[in-house]
Amino acid sequence: MTYGPARALPGDQIRITTNPDTEPFWQAAKEGRLTACQCGDCGHFRMPPTAICPECGSRAKNWPTLPGTATIFSYAICNKNPKNGEDYVYVPVVVDLDGAPGTRLNANVSGCDAEDVHIGMKVRVDWTPIQDGWVLPNFKKA
Amino acid sequence: MAWVNQDKCAIVGIGSTDYYVRGKSWPRTINDMAAEAIMNACADAGISHKQIDGFSYYSTAGAGYLDKFDTASLMETLGMPHISWSATLTSGGGGCPGAIGLATAGLMNEDCTYTVTLMALQQLPQHRLGVVFGAAAPNPENSFLQPSGLVGPGHLMSVLARRHMHLYGTTQDAFGEVVMATRANTHNRPKAVRKEPLTKEQYDASVMLADPLRRLDFCLETDGAVAVITTTMDRARDCRHKPAVVHAAAHGGQREWGRAFAWMGMPDPYFASSGHKFTADRIWAQSGLTAKDIDVALIYDHFSPMVLMQLEDYGFCEKGEGNDYVLSGKLRYDPVTGKGVNGGVPVNTHGGNLNEAYIIGMTHIVEGVEQVRGTAINQVKDAEFALVSGGPASLPVSSLILRKD
Repeated sequence: MTYGPARALPGDQIRITTNPDTEPFWQAAKEGRLTACQCGDCGHFRMPPTAICPECGSRAKNWPTLPGTATIFSYAICNKNPKNGEDYVYVPVVVDLDGAPGTRLNANVSGCDAEDVHIGMKVRVDWTPIQDGWVLPNFKKA
Repeated sequence: MAWVNQDKCAIVGIGSTDYYVRGKSWPRTINDMAAEAIMNACADAGISHKQIDGFSYYSTAGAGYLDKFDTASLMETLGMPHISWSATLTSGGGGCPGAIGLATAGLMNEDCTYTVTLMALQQLPQHRLGVVFGAAAPNPENSFLQPSGLVGPGHLMSVLARRHMHLYGTTQDAFGEVVMATRANTHNRPKAVRKEPLTKEQYDASVMLADPLRRLDFCLETDGAVAVITTTMDRARDCRHKPAVVHAAAHGGQREWGRAFAWMGMPDPYFASSGHKFTADRIWAQSGLTAKDIDVALIYDHFSPMVLMQLEDYGFCEKGEGNDYVLSGKLRYDPVTGKGVNGGVPVNTHGGNLNEAYIIGMTHIVEGVEQVRGTAINQVKDAEFALVSGGPASLPVSSLILRKD
């Protein structure tokens, strides 16, 4: 099927909430830094951020700056804006984050036609301002 | 090792309301429909609803997506004198058949004597599942998912289906065959919502909602209620029908599946799966059976690819071979012989969530009961063992094996 250009969903329609476990991720995003939650003791990465390392039980956390690149693990192609039902081609992707083994983000990809998106495609973080002053990591074809 | 509670309890009553297209059950209320289903199930069992003294829910006692069952309200509605068991499995529709295991726990602990498991569903416009996720302000966990526009369950499962296609060469033709094979079982079912046979051309023309999934890969949206009554074997023998014996029941799952498509962190090969492997292994260990011993499989079909992936997880075929298994016609029921086709096990002889009605898994239990009673509309000849599975979703997921008495 032919869909045409993939676009990120409009940031002014998007809200997030945070809690003390997740907020450092979003604060880093505001600074243009892509991070992931890393155990401060054993080094295991986990996303979304949670209170305790599932491997060693430690509460210590690091928030390293990642390269900002990722690989598409899977995706869908959608053609309606979920907020208002209008025609809108967007591609939700599940990506594996470089520099943080085992972690993923769910985002939109742009910079190519929707039908050209494929598993294994390399992408680079692309920041989208959203409501309440937060910034969302989306991705562009690398 | 065989399960300690194997063959000690049975489902003795099944009851339902009419099935309504989404939103059409109004002005009936949730408790009205729930009470009708309970009373019909009790009448089927040959007991009074005032003998019910246990409630074994699933889906965190949810009634649909925004309503909640409350045992006290149901007691007040139905005039039940006392209860001594009121419990639920957590998460959602994945726990549906597992609730019969919960019922068994209450009965074997001698907490109760007749326990009801039920679901009632009324999707008024503001309660529609497809928009429930998207309408809610995202919580901190969901803030890592919802902004991607993966807001409905069909969106979420399309991502799993895509990965399965990538890893194993699975085709959309197989998803279509799941829908067509089970649609073929509803033409003679009076209460079914979709009864017309479905052609491949019609399937291929169905609108793409979340590529690779089409509208017809999505299950129905139904209003209605279904209830089943479980009791101990000694009491079951005094009921009106032959008991549908609880041979095995398990719920749970492993960390790699976890919150599943509310998370998307599952490593391969769990990502492109139904998340049922752990529970499948348990239920086969409990029963001493394998997929080869099952006569009819009632597989939760909220989305067609998840049927294919459950068939793999339960061992009806090898992992990655679901496409060829499905396309060889092995899900089909042959009404002439009363058996499967091409050596397969008939799947969803009632038409399932895709074609008959969607009451979050309860119709699959009802069909399992009718099959081992020998009274199903599309009766599998000499059916001894029926497998019933719950919806692939956040843990726990669950399954049940019913045995002919």
